[in-house]
Amino acid sequence: MKVTQQASDNILTLILDGELDASSSVLLDTELAKPEILNYQKVLIDCQRLNYISSAGLGVFISHLQRFQDAGVKLVFFNMQDKVHNVFEILGLDALMTIVPSVTEATAI
Amino acid sequence: MGNAITISCNLRNLKVVRDFVTVFLATYQLSDVLLNQVLVAVDEIVANLIIHANSEDDSQFLKLKLGVEDQMFSIEIEDASNQAYTPSNFRDPDLREYIRQGKKGGVGMALVNRFMDHVEFETGSNHNVCRLYKRLN
Repeated sequence: MKVTQQASDNILTLILDGELDASSSVLLDTELAKPEILNYQKVLIDCQRLNYISSAGLGVFISHLQRFQDAGVKLVFFNMQDKVHNVFEILGLDALMTIVPSVTEATAI
Repeated sequence: MGNAITISCNLRNLKVVRDFVTVFLATYQLSDVLLNQVLVAVDEIVANLIIHANSEDDSQFLKLKLGVEDQMFSIEIEDASNQAYTPSNFRDPDLREYIRQGKKGGVGMALVNRFMDHVEFETGSNHNVCRLYKRLN
């Protein structure tokens, strides 16, 4: 699992590359837990190269969402593969998190 | 290829298991979504057994046996732990509450139950066995 950051203006984009499971999700958790991330207005998660997510990966996002919302930071997922979207959808997380098709929509939110 | 694998109780082996199941199922030409549902369910059980029943002890092992009969995929996952793992107190997760609490765990068994057609647990004095079944057509 590789996490690459791109920051511009008030937007931080995290580009996820690889598989997010119980072994690899610690890295992402560390990134999302950094206090300075709350200085951005939006955190975009580019999921194009996210090939797999388990409950441990979902748990990382679930555990930080309220903190982001309380700080007024929008968390937006985009470019999600169907198989990964299916994992969010089966739990109803697609209704509780913001998932959009492309970076254009993600930026416009 | 063989239809069985033994792994040590190390979370790095989750990827090994997913790759093994992927290769095993390659001949069935499943959709990406269906294959992924099987992988997620297997991954959750293997991770839970490694973490909760075997405390990530590298000297402990899990045996996995896979099969397909009449388009029904099955996998048996067995450890040799004295620590019983039976998620019988499973309840559907309240996601809004989990988000409010910042809860990290608790959705894995919901994924297993929703993605698989049948789930069985068996616990003896020195082992846990989980069997998962999924129709492939």
